[in-house]
Amino acid sequence: MNSIPNTLEDLISQEYRHGFETAIEADEIPKGLSEDTVRLISARKNEPEFLLEWRLEAYRRWLKMTPPTWASVHYPPIDYQDIIYYSAPKSQKDGPKSLDEVDPELLKTYEKLGIPLHERAILAGVAVDAVFDSVSVATTFKDKLAEVGIIFCSFSEAVQHHPELVKQYLGTVVPVQDNFYAALNSAVFSDGSFVYIPPGVRCPMELSTYFRINAKNTGQFERTLIIADRGASVSYLEGCTAPMRDENQLHAAVVELVALEDAKIKYSTVQNWYPGDKEGRGGIYNFVTKRGDCRGARAHISWTQVETGSAITWKYPSVILRGEDSVGEFYSVALTNHRQQADTGTKMIHIGRNTRSTIVSKGISAGFGQQAYRGLVRMARSATGARNHTQCDSLLLGDRCQAHTFPYIEVRNNTATVEHEASTSRISEDQLFFCRQRGLSAEDSVSMIVNGFCKEVFKELPMEFAVEAQKLLGVSLEGSVG
Amino acid sequence: MLSIRNLQASVGDKPILKGINLDVKAGEVHAIMGPNGSGKSTLSNVLAGRENATVTGGSVTYQGKDLLALAVEERAREGVFLAFQYPVEIPGVGNVYLLKAALNAQRKHRGLPELDAMDFLALVKDKMKLMEMNESMLYRAVNEGFSGGEKKRNEILQMVVLEPCLAILDETDSGLDIDALKVVSHGVNSLRSPDRAMILVTHYQRLLDYIKPDFVHVLSDGRIQRSGGPELALELEREGYAWVGDAGNEGAVTP
Ligand SMILES: Nc1ncnc2c1ncn2[C@@H]1O[C@H](COP(=O)(O)OP(=O)(O)OP(=O)(O)O)[C@@H](O)[C@H]1O
Ligand SMILES: [Mg+2]
Repeated sequence: MNSIPNTLEDLISQEYRHGFETAIEADEIPKGLSEDTVRLISARKNEPEFLLEWRLEAYRRWLKMTPPTWASVHYPPIDYQDIIYYSAPKSQKDGPKSLDEVDPELLKTYEKLGIPLHERAILAGVAVDAVFDSVSVATTFKDKLAEVGIIFCSFSEAVQHHPELVKQYLGTVVPVQDNFYAALNSAVFSDGSFVYIPPGVRCPMELSTYFRINAKNTGQFERTLIIADRGASVSYLEGCTAPMRDENQLHAAVVELVALEDAKIKYSTVQNWYPGDKEGRGGIYNFVTKRGDCRGARAHISWTQVETGSAITWKYPSVILRGEDSVGEFYSVALTNHRQQADTGTKMIHIGRNTRSTIVSKGISAGFGQQAYRGLVRMARSATGARNHTQCDSLLLGDRCQAHTFPYIEVRNNTATVEHEASTSRISEDQLFFCRQRGLSAEDSVSMIVNGFCKEVFKELPMEFAVEAQKLLGVSLEGSVG
Repeated sequence: MLSIRNLQASVGDKPILKGINLDVKAGEVHAIMGPNGSGKSTLSNVLAGRENATVTGGSVTYQGKDLLALAVEERAREGVFLAFQYPVEIPGVGNVYLLKAALNAQRKHRGLPELDAMDFLALVKDKMKLMEMNESMLYRAVNEGFSGGEKKRNEILQMVVLEPCLAILDETDSGLDIDALKVVSHGVNSLRSPDRAMILVTHYQRLLDYIKPDFVHVLSDGRIQRSGGPELALELEREGYAWVGDAGNEGAVTP
């Protein structure tokens, strides 16, 4: 049926809706990277000595490292001297204060993105930290959360007000020398979110950070650190967008999660960085290191991601299952269209006894999209009785896209069990004809079928994000009835 | 309601329908019988708009419109319903969700307000009773893991919810046990009305015991070779298709 590929393409080639630029005066440092750049960033942020030393250590290590070459993604070498490593809206020079003081241009930007920062206007039950280029411009519901002892603020603020927590946890999950991009991030990171949930506290609302890249030629290097103390629990959401530009922009973030005994962290991402145009011009290089550490018994860390944007995605949210009976989960939907490339997956490192992990990966490829699932499941000698279940499905739309699966399995304990299921399918003509015969348009039919394919992942998303994900995939979500 | 004139269609280079003529008026039920591979499903699919067979000649008029010019979903919204010989599975898409989306797409087309979740559920539960289906089926993925008979029953459930003007049932009776056959026939009969028409494709008289056709046609080698009343089906049941003639039989009787 000739009309299928066209319809599919129409469906997923909808215009990028967040491509506008905010006209705002920025305080930028000159292009280029050196020890002086690192010192300059640290000085701008008025950081304590230990953090400067930590950055410099990372920078020195980074100098000796090379970018990873094992991923199935292709791009010209990046000139690290051609990037601006720090850019902040001028009006925000002294860091976020109350919402009333936030530059109205910025408030408008977030409103346009559907993220109103006025607490009254906000969806009940979601606190937002808004990061604009290199700085956090506002954090909502801070005081309310503080009443139960929760710290939710920008990373810079945490460095000023809770340096002991930062010092205790920073770099303990993703060490500075972990990989090329993590080392770079450690040297030059600018801002991000910081969360600390005290023992026994269930965070009463969803926490979220919205990342926006605006300035040209700027890299965004955000750093997020979330700590759930004993018996604490939190659900955290992350969203991201960028203006449309012909040049590629680098986004190299690091996210560290620490879950102590009986703690639970649920981390959800809807990644919608600008993917570039149909010919593959422009778009964000999203080279991200995300890792969680289940440090105590029965700790639980769950990653859910919906990846629709970026020119290139290089990302493996992982869990180290140290504590006995701890649980790691990874639920992923990744869509690559046009010339987008994604190499994404997860690592589940089982160390503790009876640790369990679940991996559900749904890859959708269209146009000339290139996609690889890369997953590592490691059962250490100590991981007696550990279990993993991996399910990895690819859906191809059209015949010029590609999907690959690279599962790596290492088992050093013979009581551990690892299961891997994989499938590749196409939307069948039969399914499409059936839906249309019942009266649905071709677009709605495809949406429905794709949505069905992603269902196991979507049901893991918090409500607000499920809606966002639905819009992104052009998918009408189930569950409105029954 | 439906007027098919000299309809010809090919799959690839192979002509399958070689000049079909058929008139179906509102209120009528037509049965189409014929040997395997004679083109019955192809005819049903061409009427519904499936593009794997290419129409090479002839015309189809439906309620005064050129049916062949309409897209698949437009035909559906205009009231053409096809119950599939082999219903397809759609993993992850709930039966109830598909039904609601389909009904509302059709209502919208007809200028009716969309049904909300509550009204829709009330309607569909009512229809499920009629089809003697367990409500749990609503929340399962479309046809996924359904038995052959359950899939067929599900097709008819969709039909009674959508209330089409022209229903084409392609071997809905195949694979049904005797109780299911009665239930399905009851569902079909509940839709019979002076402003609806039906085309039943079947191999067996037993379906016609429950759903009385007004006309019976024999399709063979891409043509309707004979037409008659309900008694023609009985004759076929007794004597098989041998006498209808093989490919290109000169003696074929066309109405
Ligand atoms: N995709 C195809 N490629 C080649 N031949 C096809 C294709 N689809 C249908 N045909 C042929 O068209 C002819 C008619 O098929 P059709 O399914 O319409 O028959 P039918 O009358 O419904 O048969 P049955 O009673 O077995 O359901 C058959 O010979 C079949 O092999
Ligand atoms: Mg058939």
